[in-house]
Amino acid sequence: MAALDSLDRRLIDAYQRGLPLCERPFAAMAERLGASEAEVIERLQRLQQSQVLSRVGPVFDHARAGASLLAAVAVSEAERDRVAEVINRSPGVNHNYAREHDFNLWFVMTAADELQLEARLEALEAELGVPLLRLPMVEGYHIDLGFPIPWAELEAS
Amino acid sequence: MSVSTCPSEPLAEDAGANGLDAVDRAIVLATQAGLPLVPDPWGAVGKPLGLAGEEVRARLQRMQQSGVIRRIAAVPNHYRLGYVANGMTVWDVDDAHIDRLGREVAAIPGVSHCYRRPRHLPEWPYNLFVMLHGKSQAEVERQAEALRERLGEACRDHRILYSSRILKKTGLRLARRPGPPR
Repeated sequence: MAALDSLDRRLIDAYQRGLPLCERPFAAMAERLGASEAEVIERLQRLQQSQVLSRVGPVFDHARAGASLLAAVAVSEAERDRVAEVINRSPGVNHNYAREHDFNLWFVMTAADELQLEARLEALEAELGVPLLRLPMVEGYHIDLGFPIPWAELEAS
Repeated sequence: MSVSTCPSEPLAEDAGANGLDAVDRAIVLATQAGLPLVPDPWGAVGKPLGLAGEEVRARLQRMQQSGVIRRIAAVPNHYRLGYVANGMTVWDVDDAHIDRLGREVAAIPGVSHCYRRPRHLPEWPYNLFVMLHGKSQAEVERQAEALRERLGEACRDHRILYSSRILKKTGLRLARRPGPPR
């Protein structure tokens, strides 16, 4: 991982839970961090390029912004990579994980609305030729609010 | 929040069940991969859409208030920041207690997501999904153990499904897996 200095760390710690939604957000952040607006923008660009930040922007609740569904399939180990590729290039798939279980491929299908979601799932199911385990969210008890970053441990490693 | 079923009424083109109109949806599409990193990001988002920056900002604020947007943030890549182990844990929890226990479990450190989902018997008996993140597989296992104790007798069975690979649109990435598979 690229070396992160104190400004980088303070930037991430202070803003992983939310940016000020004001006219000039990066200027407001700069003021709080004791830096310039240009410096904050340059840092954010660099942290994004080095993939320390996956992005700077809205985190959508996909269930509310559109329609989404967690699904899994059980395929043989020999077939897993081929099936994963089919899933990966299927429109609307935004996560795909191999997991250690009979159901060994887990992905999230997204769409603009429920009709399109169902159409996408049916098309993928037909293409794969195996049934999808469909696991819609019934209730959400928690939303991702970020984590404390273990800076000291990272430094030691 | 119940979102598993679609509304019985057909969605109006203008404002769907989620309250988003066509302009909101255009803003969602324009910002979901990230904001332009320029002094006036709202104006930069609005320009190709024919919207003033103020309009973009007001709509983002409204979407945040309604819960469509959880937050607008510098989103860390936790894997790059040391949270290299994650386990999707799945639990078969008594329906009578799941809502109370789900809320309790959601407050445990290391939990990023906690959802109730339907069982599909016989092959899938698990109705509570809890995503755990740790700096090692051992830490995830300790978190899972704490969780099992919290659920107590309401929990009949559980599994930790480690990700052996993260398969993304941009390609494959190997996940470290220090311990033996469970």
